[in-house]
Amino acid sequence: MILHRYLETVLSGKSLYCIAHNERFRMYPKTIKNVMKKLKKDRFLLLFFFLGFFLVAFVFVTLGDMFYRQIGDMQALINAAKDSTILTAIWISISAASVSALIAFIFGVPLAYILSRKDFAFKSVIEGIIDIPIMIPHVVAGIALYGIFMRSGIIGAPFGKIGIVFVDAFPGIVAAMLFMSLPYLVDTAREGFKTVDPRLENVSRSLGASQWTTFRRITFPLALPSIFNGCILCWARGVSEFSAVLIIAYFPKSAPVLIYDLFTMYGLTSSRPASILLVSICLVIFIILRASKHGEKR
Amino acid sequence: MITIKNLQRKWKEFNLKDINLTIEKGEYFVILGPTAAGKTLLLELIAGFYVPDAGEIWIHGDNVTTVTPEDREVGFVYQDYALFPHFTVEENIGYGLKIKKIPKDKINKESQAMMDLLGITYLKNRYPATLSGGEKQKTAIGRALMLNPQILLLDEPLSALDARTKAGLQDELKKIHNESDITIIHVTHDQTEAMIMADRIGIMMKGEIVQTGTTLEIFNTPKNRMVADFVGTENVLEGHISKKIDGLAIVDIGSSEIFAISDLEIGSKVHAFIRPEDIIISKELQETSARNNLETKIKKIIHLGAVVRIELDNELVAFTTKQSAEELELNIDEHTYVSFKTTAVHIVRR
Repeated sequence: MILHRYLETVLSGKSLYCIAHNERFRMYPKTIKNVMKKLKKDRFLLLFFFLGFFLVAFVFVTLGDMFYRQIGDMQALINAAKDSTILTAIWISISAASVSALIAFIFGVPLAYILSRKDFAFKSVIEGIIDIPIMIPHVVAGIALYGIFMRSGIIGAPFGKIGIVFVDAFPGIVAAMLFMSLPYLVDTAREGFKTVDPRLENVSRSLGASQWTTFRRITFPLALPSIFNGCILCWARGVSEFSAVLIIAYFPKSAPVLIYDLFTMYGLTSSRPASILLVSICLVIFIILRASKHGEKR
Repeated sequence: MITIKNLQRKWKEFNLKDINLTIEKGEYFVILGPTAAGKTLLLELIAGFYVPDAGEIWIHGDNVTTVTPEDREVGFVYQDYALFPHFTVEENIGYGLKIKKIPKDKINKESQAMMDLLGITYLKNRYPATLSGGEKQKTAIGRALMLNPQILLLDEPLSALDARTKAGLQDELKKIHNESDITIIHVTHDQTEAMIMADRIGIMMKGEIVQTGTTLEIFNTPKNRMVADFVGTENVLEGHISKKIDGLAIVDIGSSEIFAISDLEIGSKVHAFIRPEDIIISKELQETSARNNLETKIKKIIHLGAVVRIELDNELVAFTTKQSAEELELNIDEHTYVSFKTTAVHIVRR
């Protein structure tokens, strides 16, 4: 943010307050000479900015190129936006990711709290198990999930008796997304809880609050920014899941599966509009969520 | 009354060992000890934040050893105040009443009265991050007092404050204590603070309460060398009781003999403690009631503001006022006499 404002100032030549080195200073880049002086002063930050900018450029150029190429064929994009198959696939991805993020929240927040507060035998083993989905190839995760969620699997069978089927069904997509994205929520929430001083909980209890009330009024609100961040990451990871979903639930087609199908069957020209639609919708949701998070900050 | 019986608790590598303590109702009790003595852990056990491994805690006749903190009616103030950062000063102070589901208008009224009492009304809408140390401390004390607890536990409450703010808050705490029948247990490592605040002091070291007593008892008659060192009894002499004359014990400290009052038998190996402020310095041998007069040389003179610290050749340390030092015109390497009364010497078995 600091560098963003700095460069904004430098490039626009306008006068505005910049925050750098935790100090506020007013810039009057009236001449190129002044600008160069300022740049020389902040060589260290500039070096780091340009090194970091490489990664930003990598993402931006990759996606930007896709958008740029599509500009020449806007009709295809409009058609894609009207195509119910594509819209349904995107809706399936977004809704399944939302359900999986909700499940991860319900079960992940208590786990994150315990991991942040208590030391017990095999704690590091549990933390390792939670992080396994990050490490293993997604297709391997899909095969493992298929094993337990298929009709004769240890989870698939009992659920099948009450009419809930996972293979080639919406619950299967949710299960795959949940498996792949839960580490993001648990790890982020755990770090969030660690930042809440346990002595605040002690004081709250000495003031008559039960453990539950203390969690609700003190711990949870203070860890909420991290938990929220974890939910966003979890949701985003869910939307983008492809391999594991492909194996357990090829149908109903989620957006990544449909886009892959379009690419293998009809090539780049047919798959690109759907890709752009998915990225655009997710980006808008992502920005709204991030903005609401910042809005909550005091 | 708070009674602690054989309390034990292991905490990582640290052990709280067999604590026995009785604190009277309405007493201002200070637990004084160096860092990592287990003072905070003891306070947290009294508050109920942890369950002891063994032993019992009784509060006003009830065994509360396994009672949860919310049911103990014990106020707690931490060293760094532990204010809820997402609440304003007013919300912090009213938190306890809100938990008790007291009507909002009553909470507002009582919070206002508490803020008025502590002189922090102007801070009511401020968040803790914007407060100074003293303001935070007042807020934390106000929050703890809102529920009229029977007991207030203070964990190093003044250690992070500047001298002026500290003095103001010491008065404030004394006033609160005097105007109510609240029992206060105050933990500190600062012996001056302990002397100012305490009705009684408990010295805590390495997980044990090693001595309890009034301020004078603790500072004049430390139980052992460890306590003596900690409470600033800088003169610790080693020797043995060589004889007894007229009911007084003569302690042979190697280079000389000193008179002291002691019931210990002849031949006992002892430590003799003498507080630096009990030693009188003079340039010539004085005719005084003090039985102990030693000739020595001045090794070092250190000016500490109103007080001057004088280190002597015989390893004794004396304090004198700035004015006395100037009148005596003391110089380094100068021959001098030190004298102290038999009652100023505290003898303990080694």
